[in-house]
Amino acid sequence: METTQITSPKASIFQSDALQRILAFAGLIVLFIVFSLASPNFLTLSNVIGILIATAVNGVLALGVTYVIITAGIDLSIGTVMTLSAVMTGVFITFWDLPVWLGVLAGVTTGALCGLANGVMISRMKLPPFIATLGMLNIAKGLALVISGLKPIYFNDDPVFNQISMGSVIGAVIPGFDIPNAVLILFGLAILASLILNKTVLGRYTFALGSNEEAARLSGVNVAAWKTAIYTLCGAFAGIAGVIMAARLNSAQPSLGQGYELDAIAAAVIGGTSLSGGEGTMLGTIIGAFVISTLTNGLRILSVPQEWQTVVTGVIVVLAVYADIIRRRKS
Amino acid sequence: MAEPIIVMEGIEKSFPGVHALSQARFDLYPGEVHALVGENGAGKSTLMKVLTGIYPKDAGRILYKGVEVNIPNPRAAQLLGISIIHQELNLMPHLTVAQNIFIGREARAGLPFLLDEDRINEQAAELFRSMHLKLDPRTRVNDLTVARQQMVEIAKALSYNAEVLIMDEPTAALTDTEIDELFRIIRDLRDQGVGVVHISHRLEELKKISDRVTVMRDGRYVNTVPTAETSIDQIIQMMVGRTIYESSPELPEQANPEVVLEVRNLRRGNVIKDVSFQLRRGEILGFAGLVGAGRTEVARAIFGADPIDGGEIWVRGRPVRIRSPQDAVRLGIGYLSEDRKRYGLTLGMDVESNVVLAAFNRFLGPLGWVQSDRTAACTQEMVRALAIKTPSIQQRVKNLSGGNQQKVIIGKWLTADTDILIFDEPTRGIDVGAKSEIYHLLNSLAQQGKAIIMISSELPEILRMSHRVVVMCEGRITGELSAAEATQESIMRYATMRGEILRQNSG
Repeated sequence: METTQITSPKASIFQSDALQRILAFAGLIVLFIVFSLASPNFLTLSNVIGILIATAVNGVLALGVTYVIITAGIDLSIGTVMTLSAVMTGVFITFWDLPVWLGVLAGVTTGALCGLANGVMISRMKLPPFIATLGMLNIAKGLALVISGLKPIYFNDDPVFNQISMGSVIGAVIPGFDIPNAVLILFGLAILASLILNKTVLGRYTFALGSNEEAARLSGVNVAAWKTAIYTLCGAFAGIAGVIMAARLNSAQPSLGQGYELDAIAAAVIGGTSLSGGEGTMLGTIIGAFVISTLTNGLRILSVPQEWQTVVTGVIVVLAVYADIIRRRKS
Repeated sequence: MAEPIIVMEGIEKSFPGVHALSQARFDLYPGEVHALVGENGAGKSTLMKVLTGIYPKDAGRILYKGVEVNIPNPRAAQLLGISIIHQELNLMPHLTVAQNIFIGREARAGLPFLLDEDRINEQAAELFRSMHLKLDPRTRVNDLTVARQQMVEIAKALSYNAEVLIMDEPTAALTDTEIDELFRIIRDLRDQGVGVVHISHRLEELKKISDRVTVMRDGRYVNTVPTAETSIDQIIQMMVGRTIYESSPELPEQANPEVVLEVRNLRRGNVIKDVSFQLRRGEILGFAGLVGAGRTEVARAIFGADPIDGGEIWVRGRPVRIRSPQDAVRLGIGYLSEDRKRYGLTLGMDVESNVVLAAFNRFLGPLGWVQSDRTAACTQEMVRALAIKTPSIQQRVKNLSGGNQQKVIIGKWLTADTDILIFDEPTRGIDVGAKSEIYHLLNSLAQQGKAIIMISSELPEILRMSHRVVVMCEGRITGELSAAEATQESIMRYATMRGEILRQNSG
């Protein structure tokens, strides 16, 4: 008995996702230094705020999809579900002249319903997440085009709506400190998402499903119900992202959105969320989202053509996933 | 003694093609450790899976504390207080110890969805204290040894107030010190009145831990005896005592002495420990042992399917390095997996494609096209030579019977010009008639000068087919027997000879 070895919980920190999170953060710092040295236009207040705003939409999407990835699932539909949500907000506010808050609610609810549909397809109908959400990607994309009549929906009648993203609550309190609301929403949601992941039953089962679904089932966890809830939550985040996006552009653009899902998944993976499930943090995901938007922004400032920015992002994603595989092989 | 807590009577269970349990029975008293033993396939695990609601029974009854109960699913067993710890542990490696134990029943902090992590940890700590176990509830399960993970499973079972604890081969992956700690905990539980079922292959272990032993054979109940009054020899006798249904062994003529394969001091982690043996031309070398003894691992290592940590492999008198199955095939080694459908065949393809799969290079024309007339001719030849029953060589393999599928695989390796063939459980899932055909085929292959390793968990098969028998236990070769020396009893003795016994005997 005396020889019983006690393993400290801290022992695992450096061999787990924390390592990748630290790497991602270090990478972010390096990116900032490199771009600052390369261009005087990079480290300016307006450009940094630009990066923050650019991160808002992708970051919120990434927060949602982080839950799904931790369960060892995937959601490819978040990009176009975001678009559909934005269009529904436009329908409520511009087409039907309803109050802004109702439009926002409609957008978020649309996202949640799409997520619910994903969850039912995956947990009840037993479709593989890849296929189910690929189907939803196209359904949402098509619906967005049909409902909008292929044209952008503008919010010109309701100037309040634009303030949701581009106004600054902080700026009103502390003059000169004009951080746009979209950024505040991102950070607020990140804290909320982290609390849900770490302090609630839903979060616990998110990890449990990704770690060993069968063990969770045998322990009496209602796997189907919780999985549905997790996809619904992911959809709701996509809905929120849709509202932020629409408010920022002051319009719902029905043809925008596809491809955003990959940036969001990339953000989660760069931040240490494992595609094989069971591991991940919201802090990591936010760092990952900043890595991507900083990279895109910096390359644009250096006048690297758009096509090459895409190539670079692709390479980063491949490297991040490869790092995850190496890490897994070692343990 | 008090009332039995569990009584199982007349349990019947059939799976397609297999009568797994026939009139099986078992009883368990509170405060005893009851060992359940038998050869592979004797029905021990099946019986316990019936008790814990994993399999429904076809007939028979289960009494719990004197009352007949229906146990439709694992949850129902858990609620009754019957917990099982499977050989494959069912934990969530990314979660902490405490989180694993209380998954699905977490303490809440005020709000219904908010976790009270402190209380969960406190409850787990309390549980460990009652087990006299030093374990930090906040440790991630991933960071624990298998032994400690098992303790977590036991703690989890106890947290359901288990009165019956079933452990399926709990010591299989443990070191001796770890086993001692496990047994201490089992004894504590016994003293607290828990009934423990201990399924094990390690007979000498029974003496240390169990009060009674029930022996099963071929899905039937054989006997229940008090451990203290029974010798290990008597238990082995009961385990293997079936009448051998095969006629006399069909041994081909004495093997040619040329050694075609020699393995020296092969090592791989914990699963292959210093394995050395020779295989001669024209010989069938039986590899006996219990499931998990490391026989398949040795085969896979020789075949290059798994990396090795050390040791030498000599083929036809030359040292070779086999880094991949391609290397092995080039050296003329073929491996016929125990899981034909997963590793041996492309089920959706036809007989012809499967037969030529490992030797495509031989059928390529000058431009790299496959010459289908030659592949067809070769396949026809194999179908004739091996008597594969198929309507045509275009028949999809998944439509053939198990025995004919096995022949297709043999045809594949013969086409690939291999002369060292490793058969892993060659007759698993094959009906009796086809079995004897496979046996004839193995014999004639040996007579043609092929060297054959036959891994089998069926002792009669080993005895009937082998010129020599190598017995493994826990990654070691514990014995080598000539055909004359090999009996069910002698093989069983070596197959249950754990490391510590070996050391005692030699030291």
